[in-house]
Amino acid sequence: MFIRWSAAVAAAILLSSPALQGASAADKPTDPQIAHIAYTAGVIDINAAKQAQKKAKNKDVKAFAEDMLRDHEAVNKQALALVKKLNVTPEDNDTSKALSKQASDKLAELDKLSDAAFDKAYVANEVAYHKAVNSALETQLIPSASNAELKSLLQTGLKIFQGHQQHAEHVAAELK
Amino acid sequence: MKPGRLASIALAVAFLPMVVPAHAAIIEITMENLVISPAEVSAKVGDTIIWINKDVFAHTATAKNGNFDVTLPPKKSATSVVKKAGTVEYYCRYHPNMKATLKIEP
Repeated sequence: MFIRWSAAVAAAILLSSPALQGASAADKPTDPQIAHIAYTAGVIDINAAKQAQKKAKNKDVKAFAEDMLRDHEAVNKQALALVKKLNVTPEDNDTSKALSKQASDKLAELDKLSDAAFDKAYVANEVAYHKAVNSALETQLIPSASNAELKSLLQTGLKIFQGHQQHAEHVAAELK
Repeated sequence: MKPGRLASIALAVAFLPMVVPAHAAIIEITMENLVISPAEVSAKVGDTIIWINKDVFAHTATAKNGNFDVTLPPKKSATSVVKKAGTVEYYCRYHPNMKATLKIEP
């Protein structure tokens, strides 16, 4: 059942849990749903980066936000080109909705902070967010994708986001 | 052949090594799908490295010891000349999971 799966992903992302478990073959999201989730996850990080560009004070944090904006826009551009090529229409779903809801809450929360407090909270959230997305990619989205090109794009995405996670961890360590 | 010409050829031969170092080679290092290849490569001081970024993402080749820091925009390449001997570990600043080693002989 897809709803159960998406609730699990949403919970995992909310809690930044290390892995998603208990999903059987029947829980597999479809390719149009996977494409929607991946694209939504990218948009969320782009919006977070735009907020950080306005609010961040630390130069490493500003540079990190710029890197996120550039990479996630590049990934999403590729994703759009691929769905067009495959003639797939991304399908909205409960996981995408849960992700978006959580992200807008986070934006509002971070918006109340400023200066060093904002920098720290933004970077901490970037670490947690990339960790959660990578876990979802690794354990659910990549194994569930049936189209080879979609799978391959998700695999490239995973490598990039693992890089972002490490980069965010470096920046977080520097802020302490 | 006039002695004068012979002397100038000898002179040219004598100076040739100064213009083109005997071992100078061109080494290609490619970044594609977030992977640096070859992951380990040997070079000599004076060799030229061509850094090729085949990704749609920007990368860097940043030496951990600070010896070099090359920025590679998406789908672009850059060249640099190897200046100092030693084993240099380098990575991409944007994606620190991209790592490789350059072994530079004198």
